[in-house]
Amino acid sequence: MKEVLLSIIGAGPAGLAAGLYGGRAGLKPLLIEKLSPGGQVLVTDWVENYPGFPDGLSGYDLIEKFASHARLFGMEELSGEIEEIQPVDGGFELSLSGGEPVFSRKVIVATGAGPNKLGVPGEEELTGKGVSYCATCDGPFFRDQTVAVVGGGDSAVQEAVFLTKFASKVYLIHRRDSLRAIKILQDKAFSNPKIEMVWNTVVESIKGKDGVESVELFNRSEGRRWELKVDGVFIFVGIRPNTGFLKGLVDLDENGFIVTDDWMRTSRPGIYAAGDCRSKPLRQIVTAAAEGATAAYAVEHDLAMQE
Amino acid sequence: MGDDKVLHVTDGDFEAKVINSDKPVLVDFWAAWCGPCRAIAPVIEELAAEYDGKAVIAKMNVDENPVTPGKFGIRAIPTLILFKDGNVVEQITGAVGKGMIAAALDKAIG
Repeated sequence: MKEVLLSIIGAGPAGLAAGLYGGRAGLKPLLIEKLSPGGQVLVTDWVENYPGFPDGLSGYDLIEKFASHARLFGMEELSGEIEEIQPVDGGFELSLSGGEPVFSRKVIVATGAGPNKLGVPGEEELTGKGVSYCATCDGPFFRDQTVAVVGGGDSAVQEAVFLTKFASKVYLIHRRDSLRAIKILQDKAFSNPKIEMVWNTVVESIKGKDGVESVELFNRSEGRRWELKVDGVFIFVGIRPNTGFLKGLVDLDENGFIVTDDWMRTSRPGIYAAGDCRSKPLRQIVTAAAEGATAAYAVEHDLAMQE
Repeated sequence: MGDDKVLHVTDGDFEAKVINSDKPVLVDFWAAWCGPCRAIAPVIEELAAEYDGKAVIAKMNVDENPVTPGKFGIRAIPTLILFKDGNVVEQITGAVGKGMIAAALDKAIG
C-alpha cells in the first residue's frame, strides 16, 4: 500500500494551497482528485475579487496558476474518488474507487461543495434541458432567449448579469424583497435593462416536454400564482458540502459542513478540513486558500509534536 | 497523456462515425469556454486509452458543430451521450467522476 505523511482530498483552491504549503514544508503531500484541478471555481466566468489580480481573470486561468504553483514544490497527484476513510493504527486508510488504497498519517479534506437543488417538480427531469447550475457552461445555449435565474446571493446576481450577454431577457426570481448579494453586484443588476426583478416569489415547478417551457411561480406576499414562459432556469440557491463520506468520522454542523478549530483540525485527530466544505461565514477563493495553508501548517506542527 | 485515442467528430461525419459505428460510442459534447469541460477532459482521455478496441470515445466541439447538439436537445455542457447501434442508451450532464462513465460503458459493451 502506498504510504504518505499527508493526503489532501480535493483539488480546488483549498486543496491546492494545502499542497503548496505542505510541499514547501517537505511533507510530499499527495493530492487526490476525481477530475482535474478546479472545483467550483471552474463554473465562475470571471474572478474579480482575488487579491493581486485587479483586472480579474477566468476561474480556469486562476486554478491553473494555483496548480502549477503547487507542483513546483513536490506535491504528488493521484486521480481517484475517495470511498471511505478508515482510522487505522497511526493514521488512516483511504479507499479509492477503482484504485489501490492509500495509507496516510494525516488527511486534509478539501472536497468543497456543489449546488443546492430547488427540489421542485420538473427540476431533475429537465436538468441539462434548460435547467442549469452553471451559467458559464450553458449560457451560450440561450442566445436571444428568455431565462429565469433563481436566488438572491452573490452567485445568483453575478450570473444573472453574465447571462445578459446571451439572453434577451433575464428574470431574477427571489423569495425575499431584497437581495443578499454585495452592493457592487446589486448595482450592476439594477442598472441592467435586460434584468427584471421578481420579488417575494418562489418557483413551484418547472414545466416542459423536451426542454424548459415555463416556470410556475407563487408570490408569497400577494398570494398570487402564475406561469412565466422561459427557455431556461438557472438555479443559484446556495451550496451543499461534499462531506457524505465523513458521516460518523468527524463532527458536521446541521447542514453537513465540517466543524474545525482555528487550526482547521476536525473533531477527529489527524483529519483537517479547509475550504467550502468547512463550517464558516465566508466562502471565497481567498478564504479557501488561506485555510488550505493553515491546515498544512497545522499538519506540519502536529507531526513535529508527535516525533 | 495526449488525446490521440479520442476521436474528434463533426456534424459532417457524425452519422458515419457515431450512428453507424459497430461499437458503442461515447460522445463528449464540449466547448473551450466551459470550465467543467476542461476538468473532465483528462478523464475522457483515460477512458479512450482504457476502452481502446471495445468502445469508441469521441468529442464534439459544440461551437464548431451546432447541428448535432441541437438535434439531441443539448442545452448544457459537458454532456456525455453514449450511443449503441445508433441509439442513445445513456446521457450524463455535468462533470462526473470516471466510475460513473465507466459503468455506463461496461453496461453498453455487455
